[in-house]
Amino acid sequence: MSDIPLPPASLRPAAAARRFRAPTDEAPATRLVLILLAVLGLGVLVLAPLATVFAEALAQGIGAAVESLSDPQAWSAIWLTLLVAAIAVPLNAVFGIAAAWAITKFDFRGKAFLITLIDLPFSVSPVVAGLCIVLTFGANSLIGGWLVAHGFPIVFALPGIVLATMFVTFPFVARELIPVMIEQGRAEEEAALTLGASGWRVFRTVTLPNIRWALLYGVLLCNARAMGEFGAVAVVSGKIRGQTATMPITIEMLYNEYMSVAAFSMAALLAFLGLVTLMIKTTLEIRHADQLAAQRRH
Amino acid sequence: MMRRPFVQQSPMPGFGLAMGITMTMLSVVVLLPIGALLLKGADFGLANIWATVNRERVWKALWLSFRLSFMAALFNLVFGVLLAWVLARYRFPGRRLLDAAVDLPFALPTAVAGIALTALYAPNGVFGSVLADAGVKVAYTRWGILVALVFVGLPFVTRTVQPVIEEIDREVEEASATLGASRLHTLRHVILPMLTPAALTGFALALARAVGEYGSVIFIAGNIPLVTEIAPLLIVIQLEEYNYDAAAAIGIAMLLISFAMLLAINLIQIWSRRRIGYV
Repeated sequence: MSDIPLPPASLRPAAAARRFRAPTDEAPATRLVLILLAVLGLGVLVLAPLATVFAEALAQGIGAAVESLSDPQAWSAIWLTLLVAAIAVPLNAVFGIAAAWAITKFDFRGKAFLITLIDLPFSVSPVVAGLCIVLTFGANSLIGGWLVAHGFPIVFALPGIVLATMFVTFPFVARELIPVMIEQGRAEEEAALTLGASGWRVFRTVTLPNIRWALLYGVLLCNARAMGEFGAVAVVSGKIRGQTATMPITIEMLYNEYMSVAAFSMAALLAFLGLVTLMIKTTLEIRHADQLAAQRRH
Repeated sequence: MMRRPFVQQSPMPGFGLAMGITMTMLSVVVLLPIGALLLKGADFGLANIWATVNRERVWKALWLSFRLSFMAALFNLVFGVLLAWVLARYRFPGRRLLDAAVDLPFALPTAVAGIALTALYAPNGVFGSVLADAGVKVAYTRWGILVALVFVGLPFVTRTVQPVIEEIDREVEEASATLGASRLHTLRHVILPMLTPAALTGFALALARAVGEYGSVIFIAGNIPLVTEIAPLLIVIQLEEYNYDAAAAIGIAMLLISFAMLLAINLIQIWSRRRIGYV
């Protein structure tokens, strides 16, 4: 095409001299308005609240914020939140891997129903989830009564908080892994089996490397929600200061006592943890887009 | 005729172990607790459940929760599709940052969002003071609840629609333009139908999230009975009075309405997918 000489500029029609706009593009003005709407909307709805958290935490200077976080009760809340996440997230990761393995590597009856059951916690309110845990394991229930009699209380104690957290984060890892493992199929594992590898070795050396980024992605989402869960934990924890008050619960208690700086300082710490999670997640999405389900989920 | 076996033969190992872990954890964490709620309801009796739910305070709270959740999800549907379009189609400085910011509501814990929104929209807050001058009150009113519900549901529609837009074949739009359709006509009759199933999925997720939302709402709502009291809060109030029967009754009512709504949306989705022949 390039060897056809163009007519001199003076002979070209005026319209062609303007920038070419494909018929599948919007007018530049429309484009600008849409971009501005998106930026303004996200700024007002999402970025302004985020900025408020840090502004309120630092309202009386950084010293006051740090001091409020070094309170022993604050420490116990931070420790408890990390402990709950450290128990609930690995358990959910094990569940997610097992469920994805069973669902994607085998054909069995009722598979669709099983997937629906795994997704169930998404459509249950966290408060209702907490209520369910209280009704199952509370001191008045059959199971809970027996456990309390044997010195192992669940509700208003650590196991209850872990269970409530696991309930609300239950589908996260499985949902990330299932689409990725469906796409990768079974051929590589079958080849490894033919070559005489044991089942465990196939999983460790063939499947795991293939799904590691999707697994990390699911674990990150699960962890972010686990550390921030409020509704379900509020119901099962009993909100005992220094014992069963997680970081979100402590934020509520401080806020209701009008200790604004202390509440927002702890909120800022949680928000910071959330931002770190978001940064790792975004990096994963850019680097390993080919292996993540998030881009294809609908 | 031979009965079809439960699981088809496969050379792959570990079905028993994987299925065992899956079913055990699913039962202990999800099924047993939900079963306990339903059992409690059955024990309490249908008549008693109805008597508990059929009070003005409960009806008002349920109606408020579902109505505001619907409005918030509707707003997120429109804004979410716009956002997805801008992020998928346009290239401009700061796009990556904007893309990451969409996920902020997932990353920020609800209690954090709740106190931040309250501080922002309270009469002495940055937005609240401006709005107060205009005679609009947001914090401690229904508008405040709506703001919180919009916040928590914001990413869903964008995240489901964005990959679909990225996969649309430009040739479809070019064909439409070649045949003389205006850009608006193409968007309305060619692009929009392709986005509908994904947008509805996002809408359903945002709606389900908003209906059950508790943490971000209770701070900004003011929690005035009959006016700004949401349904999940009623459950918490009953639990604080150790009234487990009433809490279970309201919990069951919420579960039933949520499932009915999700079922309706699923049916609409199946219909819209079939209509455009897209699986």
